[in-house]
Amino acid sequence: MKHPYLRYLRPENVPTVFCPGCGIGIVMKALFQAFDELGYETLEEFVFVSGIGCSAWIPSPHILADSVHTLHGRAIPVATGIKLVKPDLNVLVIGGDGDIAGIGGNHLLHAARRNMDLMVIMINNQVYGMTGGQLAPTTPYGMKTTTTPYGNPEEPMDTCDIVASAGANYVARWTVGHYLQLKDAFKKAMEKQGFRFVEAVSQCPSRVSSRIGLSPADHIKYYLRNSVDIRKAEELLPEERMEKIIVGEYVDRNKPGYLEKIKMVMRR
Amino acid sequence: MSEKYFWSGNIAVAEGALRAGVTFYAGYPITPSSDLMEYMARELPKRGGVFIQGEDELSSINMVIGASIAGAKSMTATSGPGYSLMQEALGLAVMLEVPLVVVDVTRLGPSTGQATKSGQGDLMQARWGRHGDQYTVVYTASTPEEAYIMAIKSFNTSEKLRVPVTFIIDELTAHLWETVRVPDNIEVVDRRLTDAKTRYFDSDNPLEAPPMPMLGKGLNILYTSSTHDGFGYRKTQDPEVHRRLVERLKEKVIGNTSEVFEYEIIGDPDGGDVGIVAFGSVARVAKETKTILEREGIKTSVLNLLTLWPMDYELLRSFTENMNVVIVPEMNLGQLVYDIYQVRGRDSVYPYNKIGGGEPIYPRELAGFIKEVVGR
Repeated sequence: MKHPYLRYLRPENVPTVFCPGCGIGIVMKALFQAFDELGYETLEEFVFVSGIGCSAWIPSPHILADSVHTLHGRAIPVATGIKLVKPDLNVLVIGGDGDIAGIGGNHLLHAARRNMDLMVIMINNQVYGMTGGQLAPTTPYGMKTTTTPYGNPEEPMDTCDIVASAGANYVARWTVGHYLQLKDAFKKAMEKQGFRFVEAVSQCPSRVSSRIGLSPADHIKYYLRNSVDIRKAEELLPEERMEKIIVGEYVDRNKPGYLEKIKMVMRR
Repeated sequence: MSEKYFWSGNIAVAEGALRAGVTFYAGYPITPSSDLMEYMARELPKRGGVFIQGEDELSSINMVIGASIAGAKSMTATSGPGYSLMQEALGLAVMLEVPLVVVDVTRLGPSTGQATKSGQGDLMQARWGRHGDQYTVVYTASTPEEAYIMAIKSFNTSEKLRVPVTFIIDELTAHLWETVRVPDNIEVVDRRLTDAKTRYFDSDNPLEAPPMPMLGKGLNILYTSSTHDGFGYRKTQDPEVHRRLVERLKEKVIGNTSEVFEYEIIGDPDGGDVGIVAFGSVARVAKETKTILEREGIKTSVLNLLTLWPMDYELLRSFTENMNVVIVPEMNLGQLVYDIYQVRGRDSVYPYNKIGGGEPIYPRELAGFIKEVVGR
């Protein structure tokens, strides 16, 4: 019997290239379950756009749909161009934290500000995984990476907080340990207009878990133990907050998306 | 028959682009291209297109790439520093074979330089600004009227060859207002599209671009910036696939040189006392210089290059070989002149270079230099 989600994958690219124990597999399954539950038999009306990095490989070459694999950091503007010309297509960006929040951070900020009708999935493993585990803008304070051998002196960015403040319609963060919540966030985001951002905190077994002496499974358990719901996070002191992974919905609203806004100003 | 308009060079480019069928513009303000962008911001929505101002040049050019992949004739305009920022994405457009037009309204670099002043220092950047082996087409114009025609030619070549085209217009021409005659009949080329599963990224005839696949038709297209086979599958280990792809992308441009190459010769192409090779506003100066010199009995011909890449070296050779002296005036420290050295050597080839302050090369000044050279 064939797995039902294989219909979303290019059969010639299964099994995937991802490292054993990588959280990307969990993200992919959650995404496919979201497609399935929303009734998509094929992904014909989707265009996937990605940049450079491990997560950018999820759609290209794995997902059976149109995909555009672009430059490091530039998936969001390419996706914007596609959406503005083909508003009927669902344009979905998938990338890592370095790609989306690091080198592509300015595009993320402004796409959120415009409330551009795109959905962005950011898989946050807190390092640049593909290049060997270097410091990322999301690396926790004090963490050792290949470019912070004495520990990270910088404070990480809360990407969800920034995207929510900038004006996105939907922003949520879950770890790959919160499988059902992640899947539901994907579903919810897919059904909305405007800019939608879902961050999936994921273990990187090759560049992080192994370095800190955790198995991938133990790393997920660590994420679960260390997560705090956004509603409870408000009670924490700033220094306590920094130690935690804040999970939940940062924002869920229904402002008109960019395409609607164009129509509104042209009517005036 | 033709209609007459009073346009600046930048407006002529914008109108040419609209005539060619542009429906998407993304850009970021930069002197001296901003007025072109403002014109498009006003005109495109009225004419059924989409205009968006990007947060920077990186986003603008990448939006243009996305829009073109989605099927729209797409463009941006910028100037030197912005054009530098767009180079990586232009390399992506070469690799994905995405048609688009970038207008580089050239100003005086390096760096911020004299930002409001005219210059021609971007010639080599337009040809070679990207990493890796890559070939694109570079056009230019010396008057607003030429700018209108060459803007259309830029789109035609881009759509036909699935290659990004840079259109260079120097600030002097961009902000020069004059009468532009617009012909009634002008060829407009549309890209070849397909909704069938075929090789979108390979062609048995390297001179012919493969058809562009349409999004949203269930083709499951793979566009990738990595080395890929004809169906878009990433092949990052296979030397043969890489060689075939990159050689084809080169041949698609270089092999079509005679097809894409545009120029104008004023005077006798077969020989004379002086041959002047120039482009942009300087070519216009060269024409006036010819008039001055011929009043004094110096037989002069002007080659006004409207294409800066690929270069028709055979034409350059035949134009320059029977001239007693060849003059290459440029508003830079010497970039085009290396093409002349290549076909004729350095013997009796004289660069004339002027930079700074936005001063044009004046016809009397150039004529004075040439008379001195001829008298040597």
